Amino acid sequence: MELLRIEQLTAGIEEKELLHGVSLIVGSGETHVLMGPNGAGKSTLGYTVMGSPEYQVTGGKIYFEGADITDEPADRRAKRGIFLSFQNPIEIPGLSLSDFLRNAMEQVTGQRIKLWDFKKQLRAAMDVLQMDAAYADRDLNVGFSGGEKKKAEILQLLMLKPKLAILDETDSGLDVDAVRTVSAGIAAYRAQCGGSLLIITHNTKILEALEVDRTHIIAEGRITAEGGAELIAEINRSGFEKYTEK
Amino acid sequence: MKQKTQVADIDRSLYDFRYEEDAADLLASGITPAIIREISEEKGDPEWMRNFRLHSLEIFAKTEMPPWGPSVAGLDLDNIVTYIRPKSRMNTDWNDVPENIKETFERLGIPQAERESLAGVGAQYDSELVYHNVRKEVAESGVVYTDLESAMHDPRYAEMIRTHFMKLVPPTDHKFAALHGAVWSGGSFVYVPAGVRLEIPLQSYFRLNAKGAGQFEHTLIIVEDDAYLHFIEGCSAPKYYEAGLHAGCVELYVGKRSTLRYSTIENWSKNMYNLNTKRAVVAEGGRIEWVSGSFGSHVSYLYPMSILNGRGAHAEFTGITFAGKGQNLDTGAKILHNAPETSSHIDTKSISKGGGISTFRSAVTVAEKAIGSRSSVSCESLMLDSISRSDTVPVMDIRTDKADIGHEAKIGRISDDAVFYLMSRGLDEQSARAMIVSGFADNVSKELPLEYAMEMNNLIRLEMTGSIG
Repeated sequence: MELLRIEQLTAGIEEKELLHGVSLIVGSGETHVLMGPNGAGKSTLGYTVMGSPEYQVTGGKIYFEGADITDEPADRRAKRGIFLSFQNPIEIPGLSLSDFLRNAMEQVTGQRIKLWDFKKQLRAAMDVLQMDAAYADRDLNVGFSGGEKKKAEILQLLMLKPKLAILDETDSGLDVDAVRTVSAGIAAYRAQCGGSLLIITHNTKILEALEVDRTHIIAEGRITAEGGAELIAEINRSGFEKYTEK
Repeated sequence: MKQKTQVADIDRSLYDFRYEEDAADLLASGITPAIIREISEEKGDPEWMRNFRLHSLEIFAKTEMPPWGPSVAGLDLDNIVTYIRPKSRMNTDWNDVPENIKETFERLGIPQAERESLAGVGAQYDSELVYHNVRKEVAESGVVYTDLESAMHDPRYAEMIRTHFMKLVPPTDHKFAALHGAVWSGGSFVYVPAGVRLEIPLQSYFRLNAKGAGQFEHTLIIVEDDAYLHFIEGCSAPKYYEAGLHAGCVELYVGKRSTLRYSTIENWSKNMYNLNTKRAVVAEGGRIEWVSGSFGSHVSYLYPMSILNGRGAHAEFTGITFAGKGQNLDTGAKILHNAPETSSHIDTKSISKGGGISTFRSAVTVAEKAIGSRSSVSCESLMLDSISRSDTVPVMDIRTDKADIGHEAKIGRISDDAVFYLMSRGLDEQSARAMIVSGFADNVSKELPLEYAMEMNNLIRLEMTGSIG
């Protein structure tokens, strides 16, 4: 079943167009990989699908489960089941990770969650990610190391259980152990709720534990190649060069 | 956590409802010797107090308006009603409080708070306290918590009051201190004997109901050596077209090695002039901890002062000020290091929105003899839009080079990235902004008892409503 459909999307910042007619379809339960050189528009695509006001859509459409969400604010999209793991998670002083998460869960589900149930779920998810329980009471991302910030993103993924998770460079800047932990978290998300993944990366370590259904190569704001998992291996061998020339 | 507190469903109407007062209960407006004599008569003042009032009035007449801070031109002192005759004598049984006054406080959650988490409660309605009660075990420990008038007439405390009343804040301090000295009414007297540590707080709640009136309560707290007290004050008033005036006075005496924590959540209506004076004097090894949330008022002048008179005394000031549309809130703190090895820490946050003006003033003075003293001042401001203003005016007067003084100021705005980040997790824009602002204010809410922290967060949420666009 089709979950996300991007049709001829053009978007950018102010006068500068960064995506020049991108089309992409992610089916329910599928794992997609979006690769491309720096500045190709990978993150722009992720942020635009999430509804960042920083990027303006100038043409094309984004559909989620058949509904046109092109003009919806980010919180509406989150409620529909879209999630974006940030490359640089934002620090929010004075807001504890657990208060924030509980609030977000209640917003997304529209239901109150009993504190005890919440704590149990949180504990279990933190265990998957080998996070110290003390992080729950710390201010959101404040003073977290790069690795802890990424783990906290995956923690939110596990708790919010979206239908589509866009992971923007979740593996960047992580050491081998942290990549393994984060991968375990992603695998747990797949196992627990069977959600779709759109993984933005230029590192393939994070993909090792996952079965990739489809790979998209983006260069200079355009999709230049698509294929299955085999495309990743090819990129690993010979780089993006072949796909950046028209 | 599932238990609801009395402030769970707060909205503006909670503060805005009001009852009509009878014209007959209002003394004539204006400030004249005749009015002062009438107030004094009404209250049955001892002679020294009547003279004190009349003397204060003379000082008031001679003193100019404060030359700094926001304008008080909108305040028509000739038309302020300084005293409203009480409908009721002071009660110690809640059931004896007149019905509409009772309902007012019940809606504000006062008796409930008392049942749940307080050692004693006082409630002032307009000019006089209408209710006062202290838990039995607290009274048995020797702690006195009563209204100032009763204490003044009680032979056990009369002398204590005569020797402490307006000694820290003399009527010559400024024009509104003089006014206070002349027309003060109501307020609390607390006495904590040496060695008594009161672990649960005492609270008083001040409610100004009558329109065009002033509230001039006086709080006098004496904490003897090696003791502990947490005192909470809450203030609110419904909104009228006529400007109201609050010129209260708080005097705190902290004994050796004692700690006094004084928490305030002020939510006067948005047309009040809040010209309040608070001051503490701290003896050797003692601590004063101020926690202050200022949300209401049209104009505020509020700079609680700590005088560190004994070696090793410490002052801590944690405050937040939220200035919305039409508000000009001038707040801060003053510290006088007047003995060696004293220390102070000021940590304030201010938020301005909708054209509101928030000014932070601090004055840290280190006397020549206060060698080895330390002080740090930190103030952070958050402006929620481009029409609001935030100013910082730190003043330091350091008379010894053997002191360690620091100051830090930050002014910022809510980042769009932070709002988007929270929205991407399902929070709507307004909630996302409110959460960021609540987080900004977290240092203060952490210092407040749970139900007050919740009230503060609710106030922030209330203030943030409609802040977009």
